[in-house]
Amino acid sequence: MTLTKRSDKRKFEDLRPMEAKVGIISRADGSAMFKIGKTIALAAVYGPRELHPKFLQNPEKGVLRCNYNMMAFSGSGDRVRPGPSRRSKEISLVTEKALASVVDLDKFPNSVVDVFIELIQTDAGTRCAGITAASMALADAGVPMRDMVSSVAVGKVGGKIVVDLSKEEEDFEGGAVDIALAMTKRDKKITLMQIDGEIKKDELLKALEMAKSATDKIYALQKEALKAKYVREK
Amino acid sequence: MGELKVKDKDIVIPGEILATGMDYLPAGAAIREKEEIVASHLGIVSLKDRLVKVIPLTGRYFPKKGDTVIGKIIDITFSSWIVEIGCSNRAVLNVRDATSDFIERGEDLRQYFTFGDYIVAEVLKYSPTQGAIDLSTKGPGLHKITKGKIIRVTPSKVPRIIGKQGSMISLIKDATACRIIVGQNGTIWISGEDIGMEQLAEKAILAIEEKSHTSGLTEEIKKLLDEGKPKKAIPAKKPITQVEAKKPIKKKSEVKKEVKKVKK
Repeated sequence: MTLTKRSDKRKFEDLRPMEAKVGIISRADGSAMFKIGKTIALAAVYGPRELHPKFLQNPEKGVLRCNYNMMAFSGSGDRVRPGPSRRSKEISLVTEKALASVVDLDKFPNSVVDVFIELIQTDAGTRCAGITAASMALADAGVPMRDMVSSVAVGKVGGKIVVDLSKEEEDFEGGAVDIALAMTKRDKKITLMQIDGEIKKDELLKALEMAKSATDKIYALQKEALKAKYVREK
Repeated sequence: MGELKVKDKDIVIPGEILATGMDYLPAGAAIREKEEIVASHLGIVSLKDRLVKVIPLTGRYFPKKGDTVIGKIIDITFSSWIVEIGCSNRAVLNVRDATSDFIERGEDLRQYFTFGDYIVAEVLKYSPTQGAIDLSTKGPGLHKITKGKIIRVTPSKVPRIIGKQGSMISLIKDATACRIIVGQNGTIWISGEDIGMEQLAEKAILAIEEKSHTSGLTEEIKKLLDEGKPKKAIPAKKPITQVEAKKPIKKKSEVKKEVKKVKK
């Protein structure tokens, strides 16, 4: 079974309509919203602040701590059971690793930067939306960063390489390969890659190329959203 | 050959390339990454000769020796007070640096500063490796806060609130007749005889915080201060001392009744 046309009439390399906003949570040090298609991710950053319990502290550099959570009413199907699950713990961990390489916490020993990612509405690509939002929130919080991270999902649906899979495409009958990717802006270094399914080497390379141009589009939006907070008032 | 990629007063985001090549030098929140100078914070670019500087627009307070800060007492140990100054580490005010009074060993430290008290202090020492911040309240202008109000702003906006040689803050002080101390950590103390004036000063400071990156700010604040003068004076509450608290308070109506009785 091959895919000739995407269900929402997008081109194969197109992203779903996106929206980004910075500074949505007033009590957080930094916050951001990122919406892609029907997926909406909110990210809030607190810190650098003191880390307790004390044995978790690192005297060499600060600690980045991420928490990914899908809200009970967010799923497209059943109610999501609240609280940490195997899945959310895993995504929290990979989000942490995806962001840790750009966040520069050498000046904040023994402290922690907390990132909370809440998904209020989900339709595939949640971890990518979460990372994109968290990257903006970290910049908004004034945490020193070497680069921005933009994240997108690519994959193979019905024999075609596509960018930004929707839930419908993920569940495609003919089989779908879903690759979650996060990249830095300048060097296009991959900070997150998770593959679900089987894919050939040349197809993967093609998917990576497509992801590069897709993350550029996301980065442009991130930049615009971060600057809009200050330029608007002029 | 180096090339500059940004203009003066541009807003940049982390990771944005500011200049290439070795001809330029990074300053402030700009860092060198191999051949390029990139921003590490969301901030405003300030160019001076070969210096590319980024002034951060957001971020927590980073202590510097000699800074005046306003903090809150959150804990008391045997020989020190622990002070919250809005930084990643907690600050310590040692008894030695707190007062020139003689404090006996084992004395109750709460009679000097107690939980929840706000103090104006100076940063004596900051060692990032240990994360220890030492404070002092010995010195001119350093004291415990007993009246007025405390407001918080983003620490990176503090230089703008103070202005060049304190021009902005003295403008507000003159217009509102309030005493204002701006802590480098973004905590500001305002105290005046009149509540309306205190509120006006607060409004002006928050306006500066919001519009700190725009030009023509001084004129705007002047206008705000002129227009916002309260019509009626409401005297600020004085700190309740024990003597005052004992005074019986008579309502006006009661006084009138007494007068009537005498007349009868």
